[in-house]
Amino acid sequence: MTSKKYILGVFDDEDVLLNAIEKTRAAGTRIYDVFSPYPIHGIDDVLGIQRSRLPIVAFLCGLCGTSFALWMQIYMLGFDWPMIIGGKPHVALPAFIPVTFELTVLCAAFGMVITFFVISGLRPTLKVPVMDVRSTDDKYVMAIELKEGTDINKLNDLLRSNGAIEVNEKEVVK
Amino acid sequence: MQHVSPIREPLVTGGKTYADITEDVCRQVEAKPNVRWMVALGVSLVFLGIFIYSVYRTLWFGIGEWGLNKTVGWAWDITNFVWWVGIGHAGTLISAILLLFRQKWRTSINRAAEAMTIFAVICAAMFPVLHMGRPWLAYWVLPLPNTFGSLWVNFNSPLLWDVFAISTYFSVSLVFWYIGLIPDFATIRDRATGPIARRAYALLSMNWTGSAKHWSRYETVSLILAGLATPLVLSVHTIVSMDFATSVIPGWHTTIFPPYFVAGAIFSGFAMVLTLMIITRKTFKLEDYITLEHVESMNKVITLTGSIVGVAYITEFFIAWYSGVEYEQYAFINRATGPYWWAYWSMMTCNVITPQLFWFRSIRRSLTATFIISIFVNIGMWFERFVIIVTSLHRDFLPSSWVMFSPTSIDIGVYVGTMGLFFTLFLLFAKFFPVVNMAEVKSILKSSRGVNHTHNPDASMHGTAPNTHKHD
Repeated sequence: MTSKKYILGVFDDEDVLLNAIEKTRAAGTRIYDVFSPYPIHGIDDVLGIQRSRLPIVAFLCGLCGTSFALWMQIYMLGFDWPMIIGGKPHVALPAFIPVTFELTVLCAAFGMVITFFVISGLRPTLKVPVMDVRSTDDKYVMAIELKEGTDINKLNDLLRSNGAIEVNEKEVVK
Repeated sequence: MQHVSPIREPLVTGGKTYADITEDVCRQVEAKPNVRWMVALGVSLVFLGIFIYSVYRTLWFGIGEWGLNKTVGWAWDITNFVWWVGIGHAGTLISAILLLFRQKWRTSINRAAEAMTIFAVICAAMFPVLHMGRPWLAYWVLPLPNTFGSLWVNFNSPLLWDVFAISTYFSVSLVFWYIGLIPDFATIRDRATGPIARRAYALLSMNWTGSAKHWSRYETVSLILAGLATPLVLSVHTIVSMDFATSVIPGWHTTIFPPYFVAGAIFSGFAMVLTLMIITRKTFKLEDYITLEHVESMNKVITLTGSIVGVAYITEFFIAWYSGVEYEQYAFINRATGPYWWAYWSMMTCNVITPQLFWFRSIRRSLTATFIISIFVNIGMWFERFVIIVTSLHRDFLPSSWVMFSPTSIDIGVYVGTMGLFFTLFLLFAKFFPVVNMAEVKSILKSSRGVNHTHNPDASMHGTAPNTHKHD
């Protein structure tokens, strides 16, 4: 049971928030996270969030799906139990396209989504994980972790001077 | 708060704020069910009862309970299957293809349209499974190692392609829909007052916090899923059409089927979305989110796809004549003038003529007219599948085996029963889930907003003591 303290700056306009993020980072303060009710355009750049590599995951999973589907059909109809169907060759590749395509899409979609859930820690839970419940409604919340010796007043001034409508303290027990 | 453009109507009217959006959408989730909803659910449950009874008869006595005979081996069951799958296409089209095209108006209707897709595919899946006669052996369609000498499924058969296409389509649509729901479940969770509601929505919202990092990944995932779902949705009805097109039955064996079926699917799907949305916006007072602009945009899609379908009908007829194949020619002459002429001309009237009324702006923007036409389109699209399936089969190559098809009460029961299933699921969705995607609507609100900031970032607000109030 460790607990961490955070300073939460509450904002009610996304442009003010983006400006405040830049100012806070420029002042050398590390932002723990920013919570918003919807994806804010341009926040990745000011927060320095790198482009997600999930598309690569999707591509690789899709590739697995394609290979598996082709192997399955060629092995089953071509080698394990060859049969003549409609006078076609045993390995009738054009007829294998639909199933190959569907399994590619299925594996790509599920592989990517499962990876997204795992890396983002998204899992069913009974807890309410948000720091400020208004951040899923109409407010934007910037969280800064409080370490030993952090000057709370200075942080408070920094957030307020950059347009925070409220500055709160929050303790999270992990 | 909103900047009103003189040229373009705003996507969300009524000068809504972010909090208003949350309030308007969450209201019906949090309120006690009203009488109108209960009555609607009661009626749907009656039809669901009819469905259960008809399925019981079908399973207990076998598919001899249906009106099928030796010549017409496919009739209402496959008609209903294709009809429901077609309806299901609009949801993915709206959420995936319109996302790729950056059509912002999709945001307030995509949630309900995707829900409709999922429920329609569930209804569709009932028919081929029941038609197997022994649905408990439905797993035989999967390529599983088995005790019959490992005889595998036939990957050359379009019916097997259907198994893969429909199940992939269902699973991917479900995931796409659920991903979209997560942030909105989190909003409901954070507003919930009761312990049961809070826990239920906490479970559904998967620990979602709205962190910037998560949003960044979330947007990537949505975009890639849209990119995957777009060819998927086109592949599904293409493969459904191949159930017919790869056979040698005159009237089915045509290369025009894939594009023609896909256009027809979008056509009927948009009509069903309109039918549902016109009722939903009225019942849940969402007129500011689902505006006449939305209705008009959807009506334009209906006119376009309806015209494609119309051209396909005429092309089909022309090619039948031009091919010089007498069986093909007879199949089409028989459709238009044979004993099923009424089905053919119902299809022509509903699908070719009615959507052309949307060329008039006043009709396009009239809710009553749109509602009536959307019903006509759905009837017409049902007849289209009936015409294609039954008229091509009932007079086959041997005149001695020519018959007529008439449905039994069980046929009718299974069909109207799936409507009960569909509306029961939709009503439960409309009550317990957010019917409008709040997060996405919030993200487009800004684009039509003014520049008056309530807070000036440069204004000095020094001197206040730190607020050490703690939130729990």
